[in-house]
Amino acid sequence: MTNDERDARTETTWQTLRRGLALSPELRTGLAATLGLALVYMVGRVAVPVAVQQGIDRGIVGGLNLDVVWSVVAVTAAILVVTTACGYLMMRRLFTVSETALANVRTRAFRHVHDLSMLHQQSERRGSLVSRVTSDVDQITQFLQWGGVILLVNLGQLVVTTAVMLAYSWQLTLVVLVAFLPAVLVIRQLQRRLGAAYATVRQRTGTLLGAIGESVVGAPVIRAYGIAGRTARRLDEAIDNQRLAQQRAIRISIVGSSVGELAAGLALAGVVVLGVTLGVDGTLSIGQLTAFLFLVTLFIQPVQIATEVLNEAQNAIAGWRRVLDVLDVAPDVADPGEQGRDLPAGPLDIRFAGVRFAYPGGPPVLHDIDLEIPAKSRVAVVGETGSGKTTFAKLLTRLMDPSAGAVLLSGVPLAQVRFDSLRSRVVMVPQDGFLFDATVGDNVRFARPELTDEQLGAAFTELGLADWLDGLPAGLDTPVGERGEALSVGERQLVALARAYVADPDLLVLDEATSAVDPATEVRLQRTLDAVTRGRTTLAIAHRLSTAQAADEVIVVDRGRIVQRGPHDELVHDSDSVYGLLYASWLEQTR
Amino acid sequence: MLGRGLGVLRQAIREQPRIFAVAVIGSVLFGSMVIVSAYVVGAVVGDVVVPAIARGEVGVGTLALAAVALFGISVLRVVGIFGRRLGAGYMQYRLQAAYRRRVTRRYLDLPLSWHHRNATGTLLSNANSDVEAAWYPIAPLPFAVGTLVMLVGAIVSLFATDWALALVGLAVFPALFALNVVYSRRMAPRQARAQRLRAEVSGIAHESFDGALVVKTMGREAQETARFAGRAGELRDALISVGRLRGVFDPLLETLPSLGTLAVLVVGAFRLRQGAISVTELVSVAFLFTVLAFPVRAIGWVLAELPRSVAGWDRVRRVLDATGEMPYGQKVLDPATPGPATLTFTDVHFSYPPAEAHEPGAQVLGEVGFTVPAGRTVALVGPTGAGKSTIASLAVRLVDPDSGVVELDGVDVRDLTAASLAGTVALVAQVPFVFDDTVRANVALDRAGIDDEAVWAALRLAEADGFVAALPEGLDTMVGERGTSLSGGQRQRLTLARALAGRPRLLVLDDATSAVDPRVEAAILAGLRASAGEPGVPAASILVVAYRRATIALADEVVYTEQGRVIARGTHTELLATVPGYVDLVTAYEQAEVDRAQERAYDDEVAQLPSGLEIEVDR
Ligand SMILES: Nc1ncnc2c1ncn2[C@@H]1O[C@H](COP(=O)(O)OP(=O)(O)OP(=O)(O)O)[C@@H](O)[C@H]1O
Ligand SMILES: Nc1ncnc2c1ncn2[C@@H]1O[C@H](COP(=O)(O)OP(=O)(O)OP(=O)(O)O)[C@@H](O)[C@H]1O
Ligand SMILES: [Mg+2]
Ligand SMILES: [Mg+2]
Repeated sequence: MTNDERDARTETTWQTLRRGLALSPELRTGLAATLGLALVYMVGRVAVPVAVQQGIDRGIVGGLNLDVVWSVVAVTAAILVVTTACGYLMMRRLFTVSETALANVRTRAFRHVHDLSMLHQQSERRGSLVSRVTSDVDQITQFLQWGGVILLVNLGQLVVTTAVMLAYSWQLTLVVLVAFLPAVLVIRQLQRRLGAAYATVRQRTGTLLGAIGESVVGAPVIRAYGIAGRTARRLDEAIDNQRLAQQRAIRISIVGSSVGELAAGLALAGVVVLGVTLGVDGTLSIGQLTAFLFLVTLFIQPVQIATEVLNEAQNAIAGWRRVLDVLDVAPDVADPGEQGRDLPAGPLDIRFAGVRFAYPGGPPVLHDIDLEIPAKSRVAVVGETGSGKTTFAKLLTRLMDPSAGAVLLSGVPLAQVRFDSLRSRVVMVPQDGFLFDATVGDNVRFARPELTDEQLGAAFTELGLADWLDGLPAGLDTPVGERGEALSVGERQLVALARAYVADPDLLVLDEATSAVDPATEVRLQRTLDAVTRGRTTLAIAHRLSTAQAADEVIVVDRGRIVQRGPHDELVHDSDSVYGLLYASWLEQTR
Repeated sequence: MLGRGLGVLRQAIREQPRIFAVAVIGSVLFGSMVIVSAYVVGAVVGDVVVPAIARGEVGVGTLALAAVALFGISVLRVVGIFGRRLGAGYMQYRLQAAYRRRVTRRYLDLPLSWHHRNATGTLLSNANSDVEAAWYPIAPLPFAVGTLVMLVGAIVSLFATDWALALVGLAVFPALFALNVVYSRRMAPRQARAQRLRAEVSGIAHESFDGALVVKTMGREAQETARFAGRAGELRDALISVGRLRGVFDPLLETLPSLGTLAVLVVGAFRLRQGAISVTELVSVAFLFTVLAFPVRAIGWVLAELPRSVAGWDRVRRVLDATGEMPYGQKVLDPATPGPATLTFTDVHFSYPPAEAHEPGAQVLGEVGFTVPAGRTVALVGPTGAGKSTIASLAVRLVDPDSGVVELDGVDVRDLTAASLAGTVALVAQVPFVFDDTVRANVALDRAGIDDEAVWAALRLAEADGFVAALPEGLDTMVGERGTSLSGGQRQRLTLARALAGRPRLLVLDDATSAVDPRVEAAILAGLRASAGEPGVPAASILVVAYRRATIALADEVVYTEQGRVIARGTHTELLATVPGYVDLVTAYEQAEVDRAQERAYDDEVAQLPSGLEIEVDR
């Protein structure tokens, strides 16, 4: 590790703290009072050695005086009562303030993850996103609740002890400090290695969590393909890698505390040798020397504890950094907010002006799309797998921004539309309909929680799905399971469709929304949808060309370009065109 | 709680006895040295410092001896620390690793029905944080055991020194111990509550981020945040209440030994006056109280972690003790006959486990019986929710029937070995699942005998070779979590290639081409048929869930299901003539077209009608 890197690291630790404090100004409230209480609390720790010194020098050695001993002890006990109370108040304040601040950070980070663009969300594993609002924050709270207090109190103890030691004898204090100097240097060095070791632990833990996640989510595939052995091998490898990293980290940490311990021995020995010499000179009393031996142990403790606590501090800082990092990412598909505009009332028309798009680091997926779709029309988008239909829909709903060009709804560029307005007026049913682990009813009223069961029932009836709903074990109250997996795939799509339908948008985008629904139901659904969505703009992506046949207009996408558009009846005339061929094979398959 | 916690610790010691012994020996060594150091310090003050100052000269020999003794003790303490911490750390990590391995092994062994009943988030935390929590007290355990030994040693040495001072020790140390016990008792429910809320917060985050696309497209970020913030607020309150308790007990636990030292001073002064003890002994005992204060906390740490440990252990045990795994049998289908396999369903009944354990499961399949003869293609047709996917899962033994049998080549699938079963049948599921791995790994799945050539052949057959070749790194391209960097149809074809690569003797396609455009689907099916006829390529029987007529027309037989029952079996033409439900389903598109044509004609008429009406009205 070069010097620069080292500086960068130490700097970032401070930067992290500064960033963290800047983000949670609450942490500063009453900080002075908390620190003041902590200071008083620490006084309690040095009170006892001082009492021992006073007791020995004035009450025991050179003529026993029990009254002196009594009064020294009584005063010290009183001090202890006060400092204990201060300790309680200090912790109470600290925990209340820090937990409140961290809960806010947690919630803010959660919101921020949702505000990030879809692509950004997908660029990171789900588990890792989750950890930013769970275990990373937990690490900070755990540190503050345990290590933080210890660190605070012990740092103070170090300072106060040193001060008291200096008051007794600067020579002996010098001995102690000199004895600890090499230890401090070595520990500093180790601390860096330790930081790297813990970084490895965290990274391998991430890998392990990913492996466990896949073994759980992919259980059907693992079973169906008999690859339990392979999966187990991978898991074992991840588990062992994590363990080895943990063991390495603890080895480094133990070397650190051993060095501290040796320094302590050295300091004690040095104090005795020099102390006796000073005592013979008459510079130091017996009580003072005894108190000094006590003080040395008080000095050692924080150093020893610090090596352990600093590991935790490293983890907490790393966790904090990860939380702050996510908060620092400006959402690349951002809500214009206050400055934004609302979509004009009424049905929406669509315009793509010179739109190009490429996924990050990938080849262009859409090329120069220029397109206008009038309001109230029902449009079908067809094309081969991977031709860019879903990409088109994501740009239309502003899940992503085009690399070049602009998408406009009723003349307003999407980038200027407030999300409130956009999301309530434009709704997409994505290709893989995700359901929350709740009841059918709760899923359908996701966008509009105020809807009653009666209204939901009416919506299902309008969609022609009343019979299906009645067939469910508990109707609207039927639980759908995790991700909707207690329903059949087609049923999941029906619920997702109903959810979009009750959201009552002006532009409805359906990305293969009925691909797993049986043809009879699909046709029925299409009819009712046609009827109830009349007056709004609908755009449906489908492989089943029945959708295209029923649409006002068909848009044919081929390798990222729009190659044909027009009503079905016109497009089929050219039997050599992309659509002509698609339709021919469709006919072949459905007749 | 204490008893059960100790039970968990006993289990840990039973599993790692040697390393635990090392740790405890280290800890005891450390503890003894702590006591010895107190007496050495006392001796140094009493026997070296006091005489030296009294005489006004330094005895170099004794002084050097004292210094060496103090430093020597430190060295021994370091040895103790090494043994204790290394032992404790290794023990904790080994136990964690061992139990993670056992838990994940159970995940692989337990049947799908068990997986259905358990949320993904729960299973993740069982293998991760619960295992961690269970073995958390292991880290301070050797220290605590060493401290116990040390405490006994301290009391004994106190009695050896002076009974009056020993009584102070007898008052302070047990009080300290009791305070610790009360502390952990009070802490237990609060910690448990915090832990539970942590899991809930994590569950909400998991689900919410999983459904991020839905949240985004419906603009529900604020509501989701409110839902999360509510639970995060409860967690905050729980953690604050944990902290408050800590605030009460931590300072008390610190102050108690200090009070002990003060008591030693008073009692010691009395005893000194009576001439019962020396200054040396007084200092030693006072020092002992100071150095013991910290290690005694270690006992508190163990006790404080026990409730969490027990909770974690219970959840881990729940996985390890879960029953109902689907053991594989011993039989192997004769590998000498590599031809297509025969699949038979006989009177199969099936119900999914109910959401509430006490309710009966809703029956999804009843009296299902049909056969896919060797080399034949059977189409499974039925409306949404009819039970087709369930039949497909039964065919590859993802689940077992409640009653009835599923047979491959006349052998109950429950009697087959895992390898034989996986080598015989392959399922392409309705929802493609893609691992966060390379294209190659997703297709080959490390199965023996699938080299790059075989991977490409399978991709070709699934018409996926084109897009894979166009990927930046070809077969080595990482496809992202659940295949996010692929289009829907591309994911589907990748899973199709995965099934074909294993050259199964029975292929089960569960609507596996829904996101594939018609032209490609036709090509894939043609490819499958052709390979079935090719010499040398083992032909497969096919059970295909389909709606498209072309697919159905390829089938030798159609099994039509409704609401979990087989309504009719026969050729497409037969069913078309006899089963109205079937007709509705497969001719829906044509019917729609006819209707549309009629409508259009009607619309045209209506378009003309108004003028007629007007005329009438006018007249
Ligand atoms: N997140 C992504 N990162 C990188 N490339 C992507 C991503 N999503 C899609 N692609 C690529 O962009 C191209 C277009 O994908 P898109 O999902 O738009 O296709 P599609 O027309 O919807 O296909 P399908 O009919 O299969 O759903 C594909 O080649 C795909 O591999
Ligand atoms: N895990 C589950 N728990 C409880 N019920 C389930 C579960 N999976 C499916 N079901 C129910 O069992 C029935 C049959 O489901 P299945 O998935 O087999 O239907 P399918 O014929 O494949 O439908 P689709 O055409 O929509 O895919 C449905 O009513 C469904 O609600
Ligand atoms: Mg798509
Ligand atoms: Mg299905």
